[in-house]
Amino acid sequence: MTPAVIDDTTLLAVLAPFAAAVVAPALTRWFKHNAAWPLALVPALIFLHFTGFIGPVSEGETFVAAKAWAPSYGVNFSVYVDGLSTLFALLISGIGTLIILYAGGYMKGHAQQGRFFSFLFLFMGSMLGLVLGNNLISLFIFWELTSVTSFLLIGFDNLRAASRRAALQALLVTGGGGLALLAAFILIISATGEIEMSVLLGSPDIIKDTGLYLPIFILVLGGAFTKSAQFPFHFWLPNAMEAPTPVSAYLHSATMVKAGVYLLMRMHPLLGDTVLWTTVLPLFGGVTLLVGTLLAVRQTDLKLMLAYTTVASLGLLVMLTGTSNEKALEGAVLYLLAHSLFKGGLFMVAGTIDHEAGTRDVTKLGGLRSAMPITFAAACLAALSMAGLPPFIGFIAKEVLYYGTWGWPGAGLAVTLTAVAGNALMLVIAAAVALKPFLGLKVETPKHAHEGPVLLIAGPVVLALTGLVLALMAHTTGELFVGPTLSSLTGEFTHVELHLLPTSVNAPLILSLITIGLGIVLFTQLDRLRGLIAAVLEAIGWGPDKGFDQFVSGVVGFSGRFSRLVQTGKMQTYMIVIFVFTAIAVLLPGYLTGSFPAMPEMPKYRFYEWGILFIAVLGLIAVLIAKTRLTAIVSLGIQGFAVALIFMMFGAPDLSFTQFMVETLSVVILALVMTRLNLMPSDHRAAPAALLTGIVACAVGLGLTLTLLAITQQPFDTRLSDFFAQFSRSIAHGRNIVNVIIVDFRGFDTLGEIAVVVLAGLCVLALIRVRTKPDKTVEASTTDAVQAQASEAR
Amino acid sequence: MRTIIFRTIAPYLTALMVLFSVFVLLRGHNDPGGGFIGGLIAASALAIFGIACGVASVRRAIYFHPMGIAAFGLFLAALAGMLSFFKAQAFMTSQWLIFDLFDVEVALSTPMVFDIGVYLVVVGAIGSIALALEEREID
Repeated sequence: MTPAVIDDTTLLAVLAPFAAAVVAPALTRWFKHNAAWPLALVPALIFLHFTGFIGPVSEGETFVAAKAWAPSYGVNFSVYVDGLSTLFALLISGIGTLIILYAGGYMKGHAQQGRFFSFLFLFMGSMLGLVLGNNLISLFIFWELTSVTSFLLIGFDNLRAASRRAALQALLVTGGGGLALLAAFILIISATGEIEMSVLLGSPDIIKDTGLYLPIFILVLGGAFTKSAQFPFHFWLPNAMEAPTPVSAYLHSATMVKAGVYLLMRMHPLLGDTVLWTTVLPLFGGVTLLVGTLLAVRQTDLKLMLAYTTVASLGLLVMLTGTSNEKALEGAVLYLLAHSLFKGGLFMVAGTIDHEAGTRDVTKLGGLRSAMPITFAAACLAALSMAGLPPFIGFIAKEVLYYGTWGWPGAGLAVTLTAVAGNALMLVIAAAVALKPFLGLKVETPKHAHEGPVLLIAGPVVLALTGLVLALMAHTTGELFVGPTLSSLTGEFTHVELHLLPTSVNAPLILSLITIGLGIVLFTQLDRLRGLIAAVLEAIGWGPDKGFDQFVSGVVGFSGRFSRLVQTGKMQTYMIVIFVFTAIAVLLPGYLTGSFPAMPEMPKYRFYEWGILFIAVLGLIAVLIAKTRLTAIVSLGIQGFAVALIFMMFGAPDLSFTQFMVETLSVVILALVMTRLNLMPSDHRAAPAALLTGIVACAVGLGLTLTLLAITQQPFDTRLSDFFAQFSRSIAHGRNIVNVIIVDFRGFDTLGEIAVVVLAGLCVLALIRVRTKPDKTVEASTTDAVQAQASEAR
Repeated sequence: MRTIIFRTIAPYLTALMVLFSVFVLLRGHNDPGGGFIGGLIAASALAIFGIACGVASVRRAIYFHPMGIAAFGLFLAALAGMLSFFKAQAFMTSQWLIFDLFDVEVALSTPMVFDIGVYLVVVGAIGSIALALEEREID
């Protein structure tokens, strides 16, 4: 079905968060943390706007809207609204509303709270732009913007080295993946000639038919796997927990990390259901699921436990998407929805505990149930959903996904077993996060714990209850959210029938019971399991996180060695290299073509012309025989002045004028440099070195002379000078053609040149002010040199 | 270098050179001259003043940091090019305003503003290099 064109309100909805980002700091200055209330209206209104799409989209309609951006390249700012993007837009704006409120409470009193709100809104807008993006290029831009805003948010606490490292790591990994994605998109655009996603989706085989399927597949996975933290790129996500908790709840569990899964789901009609797809995705997803859950068990920090289970959940989603089996895809959609709700909620609970009790180490927490009853209740509801128990949306998701994997004719058994093991461990973590801090004996915590303010508890409570309500209204959920989203994945209108409770005893129910039983057994052995995994990790000793550091230090080391190889720091070497290549550049073409210019006839010079030439040669001889460097500089100036006089006599007053000034200033500046550098007053080079520079100088001189002769022997093309002579007065109102060319005809060149002049000035200033590093060895050698000079002077 | 004669003459010389540089700048459109040459003259004026009377007095006299002057020049030049946007013309399309003031034809134009920008860039950049080199003791 061709998408219907809608008005620009949806485009504005994508841009609204960017506007909110601009006003957030001012609002925060006026209202302090209560600015969260008015600011939360922005995502709330966006949420409301997208609820309007639920009805039509569930009937199989799709919509597009577009504004031209760079039309000559086919780049538009365009949105595509279908089941998948509506679900994501609702999650982003809905959870975004709660996160803004939560951030108001969590960052209360923080000096940079306004900036924090700003960053959150920037991210929200980028994420909306990503999931609604129709034009591949604008989709890519929003994709990279989420990486950049994630970098800003992870490194928000920029005084801590750990935050900075985590931020940089996340940026390098996800940004690198983004480049792969750009390459994939460019391949798609050049191979198919289409740039709008909605058009591509209209003919599902368009990419498979191009013969570029394999490179496009690999590059898309490069983008999706890095963004969605698939093994072995998972390491940046747990490190990203350095960010304040609202960020972890929003970006690193509910929304941004799902961008990779979104991309895979979005491209599923185009790229999915091939042998490659159903092999690679379940493999990577399955490994990520198992690695994620096992590493989660090892942690004692609440946020890190949740972070690793997020890695695991993303693995599960990739695995399910990789089966290309309709029922498993339905499970993936349901699990995606369930995960955003319960994981966002649990992260906020962890943050509230940290905020109120002063620690989030699970071994140092206990007995908080009486102090924080509402938080406890929200944690329990969310954890039940995560554990996959009825009557929560997590349970339905698990039933459906088991049904899908069990019935998958591919590697169904292996995938099912992986899912069972992963889910059992997920249950262990859910229990540990929701029960450990609240039950048992009261433990003394760094802060005296009490219930958080409404800003802090609103988020987890609403998300946990939503997980319950969506499950209780299973039929409606299936019809309004899961069905339309699944339709986007399969590429055809699909109807979904959901039931809260299984209608009969079937394989999924038995698998669920096994999962729950296994989970409870493992939970009782949690401490032993944790010790075991820690011991295994100790034995391995190396991980991708360490590998990342080795990679980065390797790259830095290599560039350092390479720079030292090319940049020796010796001026003489640089000059010789530059002039040798100049000589080659001017001499080689003539030598290769054998077309050296003929020696022109000697013209008759007047006596004063001879005089000036004589002065120039005299200046040069003086340079060569000068005793001191200062004399040489001044003598060079004499030669320059003589040349300026020649310009003057042959009718180039502007050139001559400038030459005079440049020569004067060069002499002054070179003399000043000489006094500053503390060089020896005269040049003491060995004969071979002097000979080498002499040869190079002669070669360059000869080359330039031959080039000039060759140029002047060509017939002079007068088209340009005729044009300037004709129009300088009439168009540019100026008689001085040189000046008119500089400021008018070729003004754009001049603009570039003066920009270079400013930059060069800045660089020279920096060079003059540069100091040797306070490095021991350097200092020692300079003091030695100074002492040697001093003793020489004595 | 700081002989009494040089120190006495330098301020007058500098003043004359700066005046001359402005003259060269403004006549540039019709006669030899222009922003680049004018800027070089003014920069050498500053250098002479600095050698004679010390860098500190030059910095006091020009008030702004020379690099700031250069940056402002670049800004001015870019801005002059943008004026044509208001007439929906391409970047750097020249705009002219010619009128008679007391029977003298006055021609104001964006190329002139652009040339003033060039002048400021050259004065600022070259001047700041010269002054920095003249400063014996840094810090």
